[in-house]
Amino acid sequence: MSILVLAEHHDGALAGATAHVVAAAQAIGGDIDVLVAGENVGPIAEAAAKLDGVSKVRVADNAAYAHLLAEPTAALIAELAGDYSHVLACASTTGKNVLPRVAALKDVAQISEIIAVESADTFKRPIYAGNAIATVQSEDALKVITVRATGFDAVGEGGGASVEAVDFVADNTQSTFVKEELAQSDRPELGAAKVVISGGRGMGNGENFTLLEGIADKLGAAIGASRAAVDAGFVPNDMQVGQTGKIVAPDLYIAVGISGAIQHLAGMKDSKVIVAINKDEEAPIFQVADYGLVADLFEALPELESKL
Amino acid sequence: MKVLVAVKRVIDYNVKIRVKPDNSDVDLTNVKMAMNPFCEIAVEEAVRLKERGVATEIVAVTVGPKAAQEQLRTALALGADRAIHVETDERVESLGAAKALARLVEEEQPGLVILGKQAIDTDNNQTGQMLAALTGLPQGTFASEVVIENDKAQVTREIDGGLQTLELTLPAIVTTDLRLNEPRYAKLPDIMKAKKKPMDVKSPADLGIEVASKITLLKVEPPAERQGGVKVGSVDELVDKLKNEAKVIS
Ligand SMILES: Cc1cc2nc3c(=O)[nH]c(=O)nc-3n(C[C@H](O)[C@H](O)[C@H](O)COP(=O)(O)OP(=O)(O)OC[C@H]3O[C@@H](n4cnc5c(N)ncnc54)[C@H](O)[C@@H]3O)c2cc1C
Ligand SMILES: Nc1ncnc2c1ncn2[C@@H]1O[C@H](COP(=O)(O)O)[C@@H](O)[C@H]1O
Repeated sequence: MSILVLAEHHDGALAGATAHVVAAAQAIGGDIDVLVAGENVGPIAEAAAKLDGVSKVRVADNAAYAHLLAEPTAALIAELAGDYSHVLACASTTGKNVLPRVAALKDVAQISEIIAVESADTFKRPIYAGNAIATVQSEDALKVITVRATGFDAVGEGGGASVEAVDFVADNTQSTFVKEELAQSDRPELGAAKVVISGGRGMGNGENFTLLEGIADKLGAAIGASRAAVDAGFVPNDMQVGQTGKIVAPDLYIAVGISGAIQHLAGMKDSKVIVAINKDEEAPIFQVADYGLVADLFEALPELESKL
Repeated sequence: MKVLVAVKRVIDYNVKIRVKPDNSDVDLTNVKMAMNPFCEIAVEEAVRLKERGVATEIVAVTVGPKAAQEQLRTALALGADRAIHVETDERVESLGAAKALARLVEEEQPGLVILGKQAIDTDNNQTGQMLAALTGLPQGTFASEVVIENDKAQVTREIDGGLQTLELTLPAIVTTDLRLNEPRYAKLPDIMKAKKKPMDVKSPADLGIEVASKITLLKVEPPAERQGGVKVGSVDELVDKLKNEAKVIS
């Protein structure tokens, strides 16, 4: 077996999630190559070559792959896929955008967001917002899979894979990059943070999220939100945790003013320790919380910050 | 411009599902079914495009069992002009749905196809991307804004770090994210009128395709149940527990 892993990268650096996807590839077994596609991605390729278990890094460094638009990136992967039994990417918005397109180009199914590998053709994945776990088996010769990073522990960085260039250049006249508005933050990335503190509709407005910031500073936490808080315009969309937002599994998750709808729980219930602060003692979030505090958040948060 | 909208019949998003005792699947007997929430957003977007004079005709499509006609009728009540039901009792996965939709794109030649980003039963998030590949069209997935101008679509997408805007040539495939719009409810007179709107029924064989999936569902299990913990009486007690019992802060 031979596996191609699409590297995830942002701002010129290899994203931590890639090391989790390589771990999933190791669980499948076989030779592992990493594809680094993008523009000016030399340093990213070097970082990918250090990941344990990787035999070769293939680098498609071309303006055609800037921003990893779906059309050229899928064409590139489909071009290389003939050499492999599996193609893996992380279940990020990039992986989810590109991999189904690759699968359809190769006329095979795609398996989304696996959380465990049973064998080279059998995988576990959550369905129905994580309220059931399906075990699925694929008969396709080529398996195209996205991997939920929180399901696999990252591999180390003691490797020394070879790096080789890929010449194939996909032409694309259909889609053009216009702009990106990316949230700037000094905090850890939501998906990778050890501690996450999230605010919901109960926060009342965007300014009140500063009540979470003081605590996040003390705990080195990332800040998340419920869909209701994002929809109400309190905070940007990239902070949404849940079935249709980000999936997190930190050591500590603190839910503040969040009721605990199944769609929110789907994104955080694999956290090690869950704390809920809510003034309604009947709120469903308390059914999953290890420690529940029934309190008005406007009193509890300043007190918590001062006592940490 | 003609707009094609794909809608899927799924479990109502408020329902907490149960796994069958024999672990063969989830139990859908007597469970409330509805249009996938992301498809409601897709229909709403098409209707708004028509209200703005950008779209001239809206065709709603579903691939699934007879009962899925209920969701097509909902789409018609919300403003679709006609519907196409690709009827099958097979378990349709994303690739099968995309193959059926691709044939219909060929027949109908729409300027835009709008799908949900993800069906909340399988949580696949694949069909739009696959349809784009099969038709050779550009894709704007996870859209929070769509502007049609000068034969192009400007699509703003919700990505992990924030928002990204792309320009796509038409025809194009768009999938909806939660913040694209807020869907309206169907009004009673429109529900009555929808009963008279045309609905074509085709089989996958009529389209010359197979929808059966190469993925076998071996087993479905409930997730590891989380034990609810304790209520703490004060912030002091909370801090103490986190430090000394859970040991997640220092
Ligand atoms: C297709 C679909 C996908 C979805 N995806 C997601 C998703 O990915 N993520 C997500 O989060 N949601 C998602 N949702 C929405 C979800 O169903 C809920 O509507 C949402 O999670 C509710 O957010 P909330 O808990 O902040 O708001 P609410 O349910 O309104 O809860 C607010 C809570 O704040 C508490 N509160 C109010 N004031 C205070 C105070 N002063 N002090 C303490 N507590 C207070 C209240 O008691 C209440 O429990 C999705 C829904 C659909 C249909
Ligand atoms: N059987 C189907 N019939 C019609 N549309 C579908 C079907 N399956 C998926 N879709 C469309 O594709 C979207 C995403 O579904 P999926 O990729 O399967 O999660 C849905 O919101 C629908 O718009």
